[in-house]
Amino acid sequence: MAVLWLIPFLPFLSATLMLLSAGRMPRYLSAWLGVGSIGLAAVCVALVARAYLADHQVQELTLWTWMSVDNFTPRIAFRVDGLTVVMMSVITGVGFLIHLYSVEFMWEDESICRYFAYMNLFVAAMLLLVMADNLLLLYLGWEGVGACSYLLVGFWYRDPDNGRAARKAFIVTRVGDTAMALGLFLLFTELGTLDIQPLMAAANDRWQIGDTLPILATALLLGGALGKSAQLPLHTWLPDAMAGPTPVSALIHAATMVTAGVYLIARLYELFLLAPPTLAVIAWIGLLTLLLAAFTALAQKDIKRILAYSTISQIGYMFLALGVGAFASSIFHLVTHAFFKALLFLAAGAVIHCLHHEHNIFRMGGLRTRLPVVFLSFLIGSAALAALPFSSGFFSKEGILLSAWTQPGIGPWLWAGGLLGALLTSIYSFRLVFIVFFGEAQTEPDRQPGWQMAIPLMVLCVLSLVGGWFVLPLSGVLPDPGHDPVSHWVEYISIGTPLLGLTVAYLLYLGRQVSIASLMASPAGAAVQSFWYGGARIDKLYDLLLVRPFTGLTHWWRNEPVDLLYNALVWMTRWGHGRLVVLQTGELRWYATSMVFGLLLLLAIVLRDSA
Amino acid sequence: MGGLQIPLEHVLLIASCLFSCGLAGLMLRRNLIFMLMSLEVMLNSAALAFVAAGARWGQPDGQIIFLFILSIAAAEVAVGLGLVLQIQRRFKTLDMDQANRLRG
Amino acid sequence: MMESLFYGASAVALLATVAALTRANAAHALIYLIVSLLAVAVLFFLMGAPFAAALEIVVYAGAIMVLFVFVIMMLNLGEAGNSREREWLAPRKWIVPGILAGILLLELVLAVRHAPDNTSGVEVPPKMVGLTLFGPYVLAVEIASLLLLTGLVGAYHIGRRFIVRRDFSRPGDNS
Repeated sequence: MAVLWLIPFLPFLSATLMLLSAGRMPRYLSAWLGVGSIGLAAVCVALVARAYLADHQVQELTLWTWMSVDNFTPRIAFRVDGLTVVMMSVITGVGFLIHLYSVEFMWEDESICRYFAYMNLFVAAMLLLVMADNLLLLYLGWEGVGACSYLLVGFWYRDPDNGRAARKAFIVTRVGDTAMALGLFLLFTELGTLDIQPLMAAANDRWQIGDTLPILATALLLGGALGKSAQLPLHTWLPDAMAGPTPVSALIHAATMVTAGVYLIARLYELFLLAPPTLAVIAWIGLLTLLLAAFTALAQKDIKRILAYSTISQIGYMFLALGVGAFASSIFHLVTHAFFKALLFLAAGAVIHCLHHEHNIFRMGGLRTRLPVVFLSFLIGSAALAALPFSSGFFSKEGILLSAWTQPGIGPWLWAGGLLGALLTSIYSFRLVFIVFFGEAQTEPDRQPGWQMAIPLMVLCVLSLVGGWFVLPLSGVLPDPGHDPVSHWVEYISIGTPLLGLTVAYLLYLGRQVSIASLMASPAGAAVQSFWYGGARIDKLYDLLLVRPFTGLTHWWRNEPVDLLYNALVWMTRWGHGRLVVLQTGELRWYATSMVFGLLLLLAIVLRDSA
Repeated sequence: MGGLQIPLEHVLLIASCLFSCGLAGLMLRRNLIFMLMSLEVMLNSAALAFVAAGARWGQPDGQIIFLFILSIAAAEVAVGLGLVLQIQRRFKTLDMDQANRLRG
Repeated sequence: MMESLFYGASAVALLATVAALTRANAAHALIYLIVSLLAVAVLFFLMGAPFAAALEIVVYAGAIMVLFVFVIMMLNLGEAGNSREREWLAPRKWIVPGILAGILLLELVLAVRHAPDNTSGVEVPPKMVGLTLFGPYVLAVEIASLLLLTGLVGAYHIGRRFIVRRDFSRPGDNS
């Protein structure tokens, strides 16, 4: 397919152009180029997707051989199957809407050219990631999106806090990426190839289910996925990554990049199926993460941090689904989540944009009538997030919960945990809606979102509502065991839980039936609140366990003994300089006299020897 | 002209005396012109020793080295006197003890 | 006869040199120096090196000393300079240079004490010098010519008036 190579190339080209202009490109041109290249890429994706839907033919395109060392010959090659089509559609489709939205959001920023350059570069890297037919190219895209994430989180680099958040995002994901690189090394040494399809075939040939090697390899790959997808224990970077512009959070830290880990596991599912213990670990990590993040989201005040924790929580659901082998359900949730979470972030961005960069939800309120478009978007987004019946989130989450339920053995536990998470999700979603859009107005908006903001919001609203009816072309690409028919009460409970959450949120935050203030006033309540407000203190724990010993070690080692030697050398040189400098009188006669001294001495030695 | 029978030792002694005088003058005088003159004396004494050695063996090499010493002296004096002019112009003195801006 | 001439010229050379280096007046010193050079030229002549003797007179006593004369005339140091020179020549300034030069002389005497036999006194004619100069020594001649060229360019450059620049001059020196 000829247009295939254009898909990542167009954003890359426009990013290169903008970067080469060194920020001197006019605003209009930057915006047109930035949005236009993604739009064109989206059109190309649509062509590719139509072709795929017509005949379900896997398309492959080899551009050139990257390098050739012995039997290691990774190619720059793309392979497009159903999973890739889904991912590409999400990336370019949602990406295009977010770019369009960014035009208005970032219009007053002086570095809009740099912004679009990074964003386009990100889209190019992300497309490379999902289109790559071998793991090395995938890893290139993987690191590329990491670098762009770093650049965009620290976009407003003049504030040192943003730089710190960017570094944190980069370093924490680096921990996982190192594990992933080790995993790739292991796979290559054991199987002799990094091309995904031959690799999985070779793995099936050579390894039995439950062997040590696939478990080790998948565990290492899982490390990378955990870092990228912000799962326990590497999730701490995502809330801080909200320091970037809101559209960045929507695109990178909600819709696309953070789901790369899910994509990786789904892409290599045959490998993971060989390692049941890893899958179980994935399921448990997903469950733990979703509960922890949901609890944390309940206690936050910053609108973006709430959404960030909810993202972590939703990706936890995806991991849960991966863990129970429901790969297609996981990808389905990835897609719907991309729609409604992008919608929520963009709506939150509109609120922030219209309220002079206010992030604290307790200083908002009553925006229902003042920003009706945003309110509608937020309401629909929250409904989908909470999985209210017939929203897109409902279908995808329902699939996950039922898959968990039918998992033999641990299934009901996972199901119950997921259900508790769903309840919490519903509570914190509507807590957000009720606090921000109802009640007394705290801050007056000084503008209304323009068409560049409103159109993406509207489109995403529609997608969030109807996304649940999409049938993803994943059959034949990913196995989905489906689930046996379950008794109706399981389904009823799944449907009823979000409604229960909605009621609880209503009672707590709108109806004021139960006083939150009095709950918070009690010592236990305050302690719980502060515990969850700090993200379960995990940041503090890492600080104590890792950061401080490390910095302590470096501080101690800064005066290392080896340095003493060199410092002594320096000190001696300085001392000698101080002594010898008096000889440099600058007087010609003094120099002549000194030379005579030397001459006399030499002559005396010569004479003594000859005598 | 042949027939001069002087011990070579005596010629070299004279050259040594001239050299020592030049060296003493170099260390003694503060005026740059006198220092240059002292250098001339020293070069000249070295030339005397070379010529004497050439005469001892009846070879032209001594005189050739004298020629090279001559050209070195010429070049040195040309540059040295240029410096004298420049220093006089800049420092208003030829006192070399005052031109000591290179001191450490 | 020639021996006495030799020792007489040597004495003149030594005395004139000492006198040249102890004068306060640069012009007087220069005259003594020329006398010294002429006496050395006589020594050359007596040792059978007429070409060297001629060059000593023409180039050394002539050309090079004339350069000194020009410079001394240009500087026009005057009586103030002379009195200052006299002050710098106070006896106690002589001690260190005198001792050092004395030790050097002693060492040189010790070194040349057992020089072998006599000078031959055989004349080495200019033709022989020239043949050797442009034979085995031709490379050295080229180097010497390069040195002279360098000296020429250097003297021209250093002697120029306009290279006096403000940032080179001392603070407060408004030349």
